[in-house]
Amino acid sequence: MSVLVLLTLTGLGLGALYFLVASGLSLIFGLMDVLNFAHGALLAVGAYATWWAASRGSGFVLAVLFGTAVGTAAAVLLELGLIRRLYARPREQVLVTVGVGLAVPALLSAIWGSDARTFPTPAALAGTVRVLGAVIPVNRLLLIGAAVLVLAGLELFLGRTRFGLVVRAGVEDRAMVTALGIDVRRAFTLVFALGGAAAALAGALGGVYFGEVDPGQGSSLLIFAFVVVVMGGMGSVRGAALASVVVGLVQQFANYYTTGGLGDLSVVVLLAALLLLRPRGLTGRLA
Amino acid sequence: MNSTALHPPTTPAPAPTAARADRRALLRRSGRYWPAAVLLLLVVAPYSALPLPGLLDGPVGSPGNLQLLALCLVFGALATGYDLLLGRTGLLSFGHALYFAAGTYATNTLMLESGLGFWPAALLGLAFGTLLAALLGSVSLRVSGIGFSMVTLAFAQAGSILVNRDPGGVTGGEEGRAAQGLPGAFVGIDHTANLYWVALGYLVLTLAAVHWAVRSPTGRVWEGIKENERRVEVLGLRPYGYKLVAFTLAGALAALGGVVYLLLTGGATPQTTTSDFTLSLLVMVVLGGSGSRWGPMVGGILYTWAQQRLTDLAGTGAVAGLPAVLRVPLSQPLFLLGALFVLIVYALPGGVVRLPEHIRAVRAARREQRQQRVEQRGRTAA
Repeated sequence: MSVLVLLTLTGLGLGALYFLVASGLSLIFGLMDVLNFAHGALLAVGAYATWWAASRGSGFVLAVLFGTAVGTAAAVLLELGLIRRLYARPREQVLVTVGVGLAVPALLSAIWGSDARTFPTPAALAGTVRVLGAVIPVNRLLLIGAAVLVLAGLELFLGRTRFGLVVRAGVEDRAMVTALGIDVRRAFTLVFALGGAAAALAGALGGVYFGEVDPGQGSSLLIFAFVVVVMGGMGSVRGAALASVVVGLVQQFANYYTTGGLGDLSVVVLLAALLLLRPRGLTGRLA
Repeated sequence: MNSTALHPPTTPAPAPTAARADRRALLRRSGRYWPAAVLLLLVVAPYSALPLPGLLDGPVGSPGNLQLLALCLVFGALATGYDLLLGRTGLLSFGHALYFAAGTYATNTLMLESGLGFWPAALLGLAFGTLLAALLGSVSLRVSGIGFSMVTLAFAQAGSILVNRDPGGVTGGEEGRAAQGLPGAFVGIDHTANLYWVALGYLVLTLAAVHWAVRSPTGRVWEGIKENERRVEVLGLRPYGYKLVAFTLAGALAALGGVVYLLLTGGATPQTTTSDFTLSLLVMVVLGGSGSRWGPMVGGILYTWAQQRLTDLAGTGAVAGLPAVLRVPLSQPLFLLGALFVLIVYALPGGVVRLPEHIRAVRAARREQRQQRVEQRGRTAA
């Protein structure tokens, strides 16, 4: 029983990390048709900014806020500086994000070295708690809490605000929204900012989760985030949430009950199978 | 195609006389044979003691340089093969590394585990890579667009995880495995020239195969699929089969490249299975110029050379003594390549091979402007 609880909660923790990365990816793809390969770089920027602030003695909360702010700024900068100018050329937009995704981690490792840096985890988050007889690391619960907050925030934003309405309409049919006289491009920047913030938060909390930050962290998470985005259906935040829970749980359970590494394998096989059987993803949006 | 872009730019003569026109025609005709001349130069390169300061460290024919050149040629060929999908058929595959690694790993494992000689193992490795490409391609191509990219990524990732898991100790896990029993003519520092010729042969073969395939009737259908798949369907053709042929051919070329790479590096490493490897192929193709005859090759050679040379450069004292603003980016070749890549996507959408054409267009525009200004002045004077 305790093993089941442990696996479920750690699986949810992993899924939460995936969700934080995938929610932004999914919205960006849904709205702009850009598969953002620089998302891992945004995550790494957030992680390093948080690490930088935390190791300079600012409190953990402040460091996370700082990291998220830097990640958001980086995302806005990326959109305004590089993506926007290629508005009419979606393929080039993807290529630019590939270039940025290549250059930014390299720059990070040029400045702070390519070896992993130990993340100064506050004592309150380093411990464990007992839940139903299982010993759970606190940071997993922190991740789950953060992901639930982000999901709720995104739902509120998309469902209740005017900008959210524009974003939802844009995901549905961009040409129509433009034809109605609404400048969708402002929504692009907004979606990039939101996605960047979520990714940077994932980087900051990922630092606690892994206990260290390294330049390549974002890229390795990005693959699973892609899996989540595709499984959930491009552009659907709720689908991404559902898919990240599935992926996290499958990965944890398969890694525990079979030999290690098989969990990762089963996830990608699951993706291939799902795409072939239901090309539109779990929630039925066009993949 | 844009072969016009590749001829060395001839200086435009203002008023060609008959003799000059003759000479220009002769130049153009002999200009058509420049690939043969370049090939000849490449074939005799191992005998050359010519130093290329800045480009290479020491004489061209030294073993270290030949190894680097061979690596450049292999990646030039790999990028050319990858462009068969990206630039010729419009398929964005994120799993090309899998077929390359299949060639390397299958050959190496067969040699180590079953004691086969190199040549039969290489043949079987090539067959394995080709079959794998045909099989996984037939599955992946059932979805299109971004779904296709993701399925190929998933398969390649599965392969990468498998290799890293080291099932039964056959792949060597994260360490990779050194090859044993390679033919004596390809082992040792004295035989680097042979490796170089093998790499050159592979490049020529790939270029020929891609050139031939693209000009075949199937190749014309590929072009149609790239431009507008729906229209090809309306013409009564099934794109699926054509796309599968492209995928399998590209996979076979990649697997062959994997075998050559095994010879060149003397072992199999899991880095060749990663999605980063495929992304670097994508960068090479776009850097050089996707969909052109020479572009992907130029991109592959440029990328490999730059990565190697910049890494060497970063290790020297010349860089360590620079101020931090210059030293930090210079110590990371991937940063420079990434930045260059973004720049190319922006400023030179057709890749490096479009550069001469681009320059000519800019010059022509300027000349026209000047002419207009002169005419205007003439009119106002009149």
